[in-house]
Amino acid sequence: MEHIRMPKVENVRLLDRLSSRRAVVGTLYLTATHVIFVENGSETRKETWVLHSQISSIEKQATTATGCPLLIRCKNFQVIQLVIPQERDCHDVYISLIRLARPVKYEELYCFSFNPKLDKEEREQGWKLVDLNEEYNRMGVPNNYWQISDVNRDYGVCDSYPTEVYVPKSATAHIIVGSSKFRSRRRFPALSYYCKGNNASICRSSQPLSGFSARCLEDEQMLQAIRKANPGSDFIYVVDTRPKLNAMANRAAGKGYENEDNYSNIKFQFIGIENIHVMRNSLQKMLEVCELKSPSMSDFLWGLENSGWLKHIKAIMDAGIFIAKAVAEEGVSVLVHCSDGWDRTAQVCSVASLLLDPYYRTMKGFMVLIEKDWVSFGHKFNHRYGNLDGDPKEISPVIDQFIECVWQLMEQFPCAFEFNERFLIHIQHHIYSCQFGNFLCNSQKERRELKIKERTYSLWAHLWKNRADYLNPLYRSDHSQSQGTLHPQIAPCNFLYKFWSGMYNRFEKGLHPRQSVTDYLMAVKEETQQLEEELEVLQERLANLQKSQSGNNKVKSKQQDRSKQFGLYTSNNSLANTPQEYSNDLKSFPSRSPSQGDEDSALILTQDNLKSSDPDLSANSDQESGVEDLSCRSPSGGGCLPSEDSGKDSDEAVFLAG
Amino acid sequence: LLRSSQPLTGPNRRRCREDERILGTILDEGERGFIIDTRSAQAAKQARMGGGGTEPKGAYPQWRRLHRALERGRPLQESFTRLVEACGDPSLSMDRWLARLDGSRWLGHVKAALSTACLAAQCLDREDSKVLVHGAEGTDTTLLVTALAQLILDPSCRSLQGFQGLLEREWIQAGHPFQLRCARSASSHARGKQEAPLFLLFLDCVWQLGRQFPLSLEFGEELLLTLFDNAYASAYGTFLCNNERERSLCKVKERTHSLWAWLNQPEERHKFLNPLYSHNPLVIWPSVEPQSIQLWQGFFLRWIRPSQHLEEARGEIRRLVEGN
Repeated sequence: MEHIRMPKVENVRLLDRLSSRRAVVGTLYLTATHVIFVENGSETRKETWVLHSQISSIEKQATTATGCPLLIRCKNFQVIQLVIPQERDCHDVYISLIRLARPVKYEELYCFSFNPKLDKEEREQGWKLVDLNEEYNRMGVPNNYWQISDVNRDYGVCDSYPTEVYVPKSATAHIIVGSSKFRSRRRFPALSYYCKGNNASICRSSQPLSGFSARCLEDEQMLQAIRKANPGSDFIYVVDTRPKLNAMANRAAGKGYENEDNYSNIKFQFIGIENIHVMRNSLQKMLEVCELKSPSMSDFLWGLENSGWLKHIKAIMDAGIFIAKAVAEEGVSVLVHCSDGWDRTAQVCSVASLLLDPYYRTMKGFMVLIEKDWVSFGHKFNHRYGNLDGDPKEISPVIDQFIECVWQLMEQFPCAFEFNERFLIHIQHHIYSCQFGNFLCNSQKERRELKIKERTYSLWAHLWKNRADYLNPLYRSDHSQSQGTLHPQIAPCNFLYKFWSGMYNRFEKGLHPRQSVTDYLMAVKEETQQLEEELEVLQERLANLQKSQSGNNKVKSKQQDRSKQFGLYTSNNSLANTPQEYSNDLKSFPSRSPSQGDEDSALILTQDNLKSSDPDLSANSDQESGVEDLSCRSPSGGGCLPSEDSGKDSDEAVFLAG
Repeated sequence: LLRSSQPLTGPNRRRCREDERILGTILDEGERGFIIDTRSAQAAKQARMGGGGTEPKGAYPQWRRLHRALERGRPLQESFTRLVEACGDPSLSMDRWLARLDGSRWLGHVKAALSTACLAAQCLDREDSKVLVHGAEGTDTTLLVTALAQLILDPSCRSLQGFQGLLEREWIQAGHPFQLRCARSASSHARGKQEAPLFLLFLDCVWQLGRQFPLSLEFGEELLLTLFDNAYASAYGTFLCNNERERSLCKVKERTHSLWAWLNQPEERHKFLNPLYSHNPLVIWPSVEPQSIQLWQGFFLRWIRPSQHLEEARGEIRRLVEGN
């Protein structure tokens, strides 16, 4: 609390990002973990909570007649524009926030004070939800070709790797250690994914320290061992995910890539994915496009093209497709690396795994995938996502890109994933929020030293508890789309990549479809299930009554028109339908804001919600579409729903109460 | 909501008392009306040289004129062709694709059409004002605006039945020259001067509305594609000729079958229904931000993109909503 100069400022205005005309007045609070804006006004004391961890940048703008503007940009793409009446106060808030948003010690982070009131047992259980040993066993290892190695048990070989890695049977400790000395950051080749159907595997490492001509027997033996672990193929692919030029430049620094002449039976392949600096700039440019006021279609498309963002997403996807193909269709093992093997390598391995194995498309499987390829293999969460104040050049949206690849795939294969878009968005949110301990630090070693599991809570347990919110109603595990390998279309396919407004314009409700098909279908599914259960019960009763009288009436009432029951679900529009400013000429029109009238552009996290810690918006969108709000799922299957079609008044009443 | 063609003001600023009276009587004392001219102010002014023009302020004091330039004719046709070519080009890199998508300007036209329709709807719904829409001929962009505005405002136009009625009224009977506009294949290179994909632009806008309000249109993409096909080549007489007069001269009603009759047969009808539809009595205001306007993949990539997975998804939706 010592960093907070001004814990409270009154008469602050929160502007609608798109229209300065729509501003609400309220009080700004600074706490140890959050910035909170509470709207004045007796009816709705709407609150906007922002975690300090989420703050990406704070900009103090030139003082105007109305006050001193402060622009807060968040890592989850929320943008908050405040106007503080006194310049002095604004300055104090600014200085405080700058410090609060750049913590120096891990203990300052929210996860160490977050308390969802679970007992010790539940907390521990939460951490056990995802078990990587189970996962490797599920894949089919250890087996005749692959073994666990504990050579890194004290992180003595590689401090960014986990204590347990899977290596080919013929890779002795000597080979592993030797190979690790020839790899950048000592990240030697280790198993990422094993395909038990054909013994092909995906292995990952960092770049070899080959320079122009250096060789290492053990490293060459390591690659041979990988090849031998797949008797079905006489060579392996080595995929370098960097652009060729970058890889070649690395040679001058004593690093580089594998020479096909030196490594027997490898086929080398460059797949040019740009580095973290390019990606950071690309995102920056795309966000600038998102912040444009009243862009034309051209402004937007040109800006999007200029950022190069979709091009990068496609590059990652293409790499994943190549590897998935090599494994599934050719039955050839692949060794993937980039420079340090913790960014592009992680992206590409996880995309490939997702394409190959339907398990990773289930909710649990996806959590496992992230734990495996990102958390355990030492992706530098702290550096990349700024848990603590650090080098801005290390910051890069690496996992964001992976998450977007998943979304792009979900759009192409709507039935193939057990989870929905909201799941992805919440995961992204919490990677930056530091509310849970999963994504802290840069390696397993650091997390164990900090005793993360003893001192914080697991995001996975939290998401799992709320999994009903994250289900994809179109998913069926026995569906053709959810079986086997996914084959995204390749060339021409540029048009398949869409701008993800659900993520990058997340807080601008008006931009998104105003009616959520997912929520509607989930409600239908639930209702159907309930009705089916009831039907069973009633049929039983009917059978019992068969002897005495005909009890048909009750059964018939089940067949009421289901569409009428769902009339309420379309009632969103009372709030959702505020028109934008379609014309500058008509001054009396509501000002340009796709976000409807109220809550939508801001985050609602009241003190109560905090315990369940679910960010926000998705809750809002449910309210708008009128689905989640209507918890009238009474056993009688519709007791509190109006008997005729969408009674407008009752719908609006529901909304205003929310 | 009214529509017309341009007033023939001409270079000499002619006036017409009858026309002024009509527009005068429509408005009550002190009431204000809006004229939405679908040409740019400059184009409208230039039209005077050709005998056309705009309503002079002095003659129509209660009416306020707004200009919203909507593309039509050859430029629209070329916009469309550029987009189709970009979609079909397998050699494009992502950068080039976006550049060509942008360069086609097609999405910009969609945005402009929807914005103008929303403007008209806003005048009617929020300002309680009457609106007159016209371009030059009153047969192209005019109809685009009035038809879309009605979809936005009026829930009865969003039912399958109502939508057919809307098409009959605002496109067919209103005299959109289908024969001239859709004489040849939409993306044909051998194009007549009069050909332009206005009707397709309308269908694209309708699709955008359906994407933003997936529960509010009783029909789906399948209907829009069918309408597109039939506008160009049809076994039915509904889209023949350029106006009612020609249809009457050709005895279309006596000699051909109606597309609507076919569509409305129970065994056909259900294919076009949207299983998610629920009557929505409210006005539906679309977002016209660039992020909200997307490429109509079902149309532009119809023969390029494999539709199997999306069809499976549609089937799944049907199954969920309608039961096994």
